[in-house]
Amino acid sequence: MGMTMTQKILAAHAGLEKVVPGQLIKAKLDLVLGNDVTTPVAVNEFKKIGVEEVFDKTKIAIVPDHFTPNKDIKSAEQCKYIREFARSKGIVNYFEIGQMGIEHALIPEKGLVVPGDVVIGADSHTCTYGALGAFSTGVGSTDMAAGMATGEAWFKVPEAIKFNLKGKLNKWVSGKDVILHIIGMIGVDGALYKSMEFSGEGLSALSMDDRFAMANMAIEAGAKNGIFEVDEKTLEYVREHSTKEYTVYKADDDAEYSAVYDIDLSQIKLTVAFPHLPENTRTIDEVGDIEIDQVVIGSCTNGRIEDMRMAASILKGKKVHPHVRAIIFPATQQIYLQALEEGLLKIFVEAGAVVSTPTCGPCLGGHMGILAKGERAVATTNRNFVGRMGHPESEVYLASPAVAAASAIAGKIVSPEEVM
Amino acid sequence: MKVQGKVIKYGDNVDTDVIIPARYLNTSDPKELAKHCMEDLDADFVNKVRPGDIMVARKNFGCGSSREHAPIAIKASGVSCVIAETFARIFYRNAINIGLPILECPEAVNGIDDGDEVKVDFDTGEITNITKGTVYKSLPFPEFMQEIIKNNGLIGYIKANSK
Repeated sequence: MGMTMTQKILAAHAGLEKVVPGQLIKAKLDLVLGNDVTTPVAVNEFKKIGVEEVFDKTKIAIVPDHFTPNKDIKSAEQCKYIREFARSKGIVNYFEIGQMGIEHALIPEKGLVVPGDVVIGADSHTCTYGALGAFSTGVGSTDMAAGMATGEAWFKVPEAIKFNLKGKLNKWVSGKDVILHIIGMIGVDGALYKSMEFSGEGLSALSMDDRFAMANMAIEAGAKNGIFEVDEKTLEYVREHSTKEYTVYKADDDAEYSAVYDIDLSQIKLTVAFPHLPENTRTIDEVGDIEIDQVVIGSCTNGRIEDMRMAASILKGKKVHPHVRAIIFPATQQIYLQALEEGLLKIFVEAGAVVSTPTCGPCLGGHMGILAKGERAVATTNRNFVGRMGHPESEVYLASPAVAAASAIAGKIVSPEEVM
Repeated sequence: MKVQGKVIKYGDNVDTDVIIPARYLNTSDPKELAKHCMEDLDADFVNKVRPGDIMVARKNFGCGSSREHAPIAIKASGVSCVIAETFARIFYRNAINIGLPILECPEAVNGIDDGDEVKVDFDTGEITNITKGTVYKSLPFPEFMQEIIKNNGLIGYIKANSK
């Protein structure tokens, strides 16, 4: 029996010819990642190991993006702690405010992940880099510490679910709608301990930004990783952003999957996930009348340039509803600059939205857009758990940038068709 | 190793945001985190939990954010063990890595109610519901994970193996 993409990458990094699902392996790491919330704990654990140096100064990335620019004294102390660690260990890829962005948008942009890599990150959305044909997965701080010290991590080789994509997305519909549709279909533990492997002729119609958004939310189905077959679009992205050597792995024709789903992209509708789980999905025509207080467009899921362009195309020449606070945050400085040069930020400000510096802030209820009791937000983020964006009795509705922008204008959740 | 305590039981998909809300993640001090453990799901948890208590939950426990602060908060609140039908994978890794005992056992979860007195023997994987007089067997951990658990977590394991 053949191997899946993920199994092949793991086998190669474990120095093995073949691996099978359930097998425990130790794999060599190409990148170890952490942020300002998880790295302080990792640094404490790293110090307990008793090694002086990190395994490779160029293969660790630390991105203070969650509570930055520092929201309070405790957060400032945490950032100071990891900054000093990064400096003392000579960590090359530490990204200070001004260079930093939301980690999962920044790391691919900086060319730090390429096809065939094995990446762990002390952040659950590390699975985003599967869009590049890498094995990439979220871990905790102790795994990050061990990874920084040894350059290795232990894994249980996962089974995989295959998503065979065909057709093309309709107008307004994006990768976000596809992944919300899939999570609605298989549930928040539908891919527990497994890989989600995306391939098929429909792949060519999905942009890299669509793929990043989809791989990003694999964790929301419980998956260990999401991974896309590498095609010309992937390689074009890699050539544009990285000089690292890469290896393209393709699943064997006789690879075994625990399930195979055929997804016709032309049948996917605009999709919204209702509180308090990403699996509570409804298509836009089933939403009903949901008035909102806040719109958040950005995050590691949907803070990329295409997301900004989509939001601007809807907000152009229109006004945000007087009852709505619209907060737009480009995910990196590069995206911010590009949005500035393309005139998108002007459109946002003229529409009455605010534009924020890159930060994870509102997505996890950290800062820069917290909800009061009983308030509702439409967000292009990835989680709508109880209390995720603020008060435990607030509500988050997950949607695409198109739906979020349209909803900002209408003051309730609507399709762009209703405001254009 | 054996533990015994009263059960505090929860449902499906208990996520790490409710185990420890992000607004408290500007510290990594276990005692501080424990003060807010389960706050957004069960505000009374911190008042009722006693050292040795056992947390029982249904499927996909610990889903969402990778924050290790979640198992740290549970451990520091005095919980001796978490039994669930299934665990989300990052929480599963984190719990083993920091030395918070966890067991997957759907039968035990079905047979245990909130407030029951339960005993767990990690060497045999036996879960005894003292209140109801029933016994369940959880699957043993693979040998490699048992080694991590024996060394009180991943850091201890690495130190033991680098000597």
